[in-house]
Amino acid sequence: MPDLIMFRALWTYRGFVWSSVAREFSARYRESLLGAIWSVANPLAMIVIYTVIFSQLMRATLPGQEQQPFAFSIYICAGIITWTLFSEMLQRMTNVFIEHGNLIKKSNFPRICLPAIVTLTALINFAIILALYLLFLAIIGHWPGWLLLALIPLVALQVLFTVGLGILLGTLNVFFRDIGQLTSVVLHFWFWLTPIVYTKTILPPSVQEMMRLNPLEPLIESYQGLFLTHEWPNFAALLPLTLITIALLLIGARFFLSRVGELVDEL
Amino acid sequence: MGVLVVANLSKAYKRYPGKWARTLEWLTGHPRHEKTWVLRDINFRVEPGESVGIVGVNGAGKSTLLKIITGTTRPSSGEVRVDGRIAALLELGMGFHPDFTGRQNVLIAGQLLGLHREEIGTRFGEIEDFAEIGEYIDRTVRTYSSGMQMRLAFSVATAVRPDVLIVDEALAVGDAYFQHKCFARIRRFREQGTTLLIVSHDKSAIQTLCDRAILLEDGVVIRDGPPMEVMDFYNAIIAEKENATVEVGRLQDGRAVTRSGTGEARVESVTLLDEQDRAIEFVNVGQALRLKIQIQAYQELPELTLGYMIKDRLGQTVFGTNTYHLGEPITNLLPGDRRTYVFAFPANLGPGSYSISTALHTQDNHLAANYEWRDLALIFNVINIDRDYFIGVNWIPPEVIVEE
Repeated sequence: MPDLIMFRALWTYRGFVWSSVAREFSARYRESLLGAIWSVANPLAMIVIYTVIFSQLMRATLPGQEQQPFAFSIYICAGIITWTLFSEMLQRMTNVFIEHGNLIKKSNFPRICLPAIVTLTALINFAIILALYLLFLAIIGHWPGWLLLALIPLVALQVLFTVGLGILLGTLNVFFRDIGQLTSVVLHFWFWLTPIVYTKTILPPSVQEMMRLNPLEPLIESYQGLFLTHEWPNFAALLPLTLITIALLLIGARFFLSRVGELVDEL
Repeated sequence: MGVLVVANLSKAYKRYPGKWARTLEWLTGHPRHEKTWVLRDINFRVEPGESVGIVGVNGAGKSTLLKIITGTTRPSSGEVRVDGRIAALLELGMGFHPDFTGRQNVLIAGQLLGLHREEIGTRFGEIEDFAEIGEYIDRTVRTYSSGMQMRLAFSVATAVRPDVLIVDEALAVGDAYFQHKCFARIRRFREQGTTLLIVSHDKSAIQTLCDRAILLEDGVVIRDGPPMEVMDFYNAIIAEKENATVEVGRLQDGRAVTRSGTGEARVESVTLLDEQDRAIEFVNVGQALRLKIQIQAYQELPELTLGYMIKDRLGQTVFGTNTYHLGEPITNLLPGDRRTYVFAFPANLGPGSYSISTALHTQDNHLAANYEWRDLALIFNVINIDRDYFIGVNWIPPEVIVEE
């Protein structure tokens, strides 16, 4: 069972994975005066810009939420925060083997550590921003309560989906460097093809139908529902994404395991 | 623990003719690449506690072989079996991050070697002491000199005794003091049963540390045997020119004699004589000796140099010179000309076995033209019959003066 060996190796090297995650954080802010504040600054800037532009300048309101002044902010943040987790993880995973090419060429360690480090780093970033967001919700009196538990399966599904896709693309990228470029282009389109900064209802019905082809759409919609209208996610709608995730994980693992030996020759 | 077996190992790198070739191959399943073989059918076995040197010119495949043994690269076919933990001093300081302190880097580098946080913690003092970088341990690695980095890296890599240790020429870095310290540690590991694999161009390192040497040429093992014999063969290959030959004969005690060169001139005989012109094999310390070398030219040679070297049991050169440096150039040789040279000197050597190598070439060294190079042309033993007891390869008799 090569999969099993892979997980055991990862477990043996857990110390290395953790130290690398810690190192990544302190490396990022080591020479900066404000330190970890910068890991929050970027998404915060994005949230502020979108909130100001859409809810204040363009006076966008959400149907049925007219009495909640922060409705649009809550809606946008729910989408952007989770989308950022997805895009950050995917982009970094696509390039992770190339980025650490030197280390791979010169020392022998389980290669699966690298995607693991990326995942953990992204999750910690996500946790920081999520905490800020929850603080914001508590202050404006929109705390979701027990519904937050529903966040766990949603994030788990999202992370597994990203890991499956990321490992597949990351391995492919070593052999075909176009994949990395392509991924960032596709991510731009994907962002705008997912109702994050706009609502699905403003689209004509035919386009709404087409949107169902986007496997992430029901996931993002679940986050938005959870935070804005306090509804439980519709888990049935997430079935296609779950199936795709399982398929991606299997394909990604197979592909990675069959090509991992060749990686070093191409770096 | 510590057995290393390399069986039918081959490695080829794939080369694709164009950018799209790989895509086509993956899509159609029809191979479109050419293979460049860098290692072919390598077989050897290293026993626990044995130390083996791997030698070969650049591009012979040494690095690839080591990378496969350490598991960084995978072989195209065949396998490597290692019994126990393997540590490699190949790229010292590779895992170091310049923006972190020595202490932090030690932790990560150790973890990259598969050690646990606690193991590193308990050995930290030892690592720090061995590296001898003082207060720099808490400064960023960026501020280190390359020697300090290498000292710390060596110290981490060898903090726990491995079952198999792989050493590259990395050790050539650092000052002489630290090199001695490194070698001392490697020797101690070896005594404790660590199997050693050393890659080096440094003849003396190979000869003093190894029980055996393996010579690689174009990805094939062309020689596997006692270090001195393999190193002589290796040197012969380096000096070898086109249409030169390398012959290996055997002495009565089984040692190999390597003769190489283009053959325009040859040494016909080498004899060691005492003052009465009797051939001798056992020499007293300090005895007057006469080394008689007879040469013959096979082509017209306007200028020729005859040189000899006295080497100790480990193949280290104790003394060497030639007619060029002695101001006695040999000139205007015609085909068939014979000349005899006698070098008279006192045997200021310590007790032990010595060999003499001879060389025929132009100018002051054998690199430009190598007519003949003969290792182990003659073997003799020095014994201490009537001198005061001393140790070492040289006899440097002192006069003792006691000052009031």
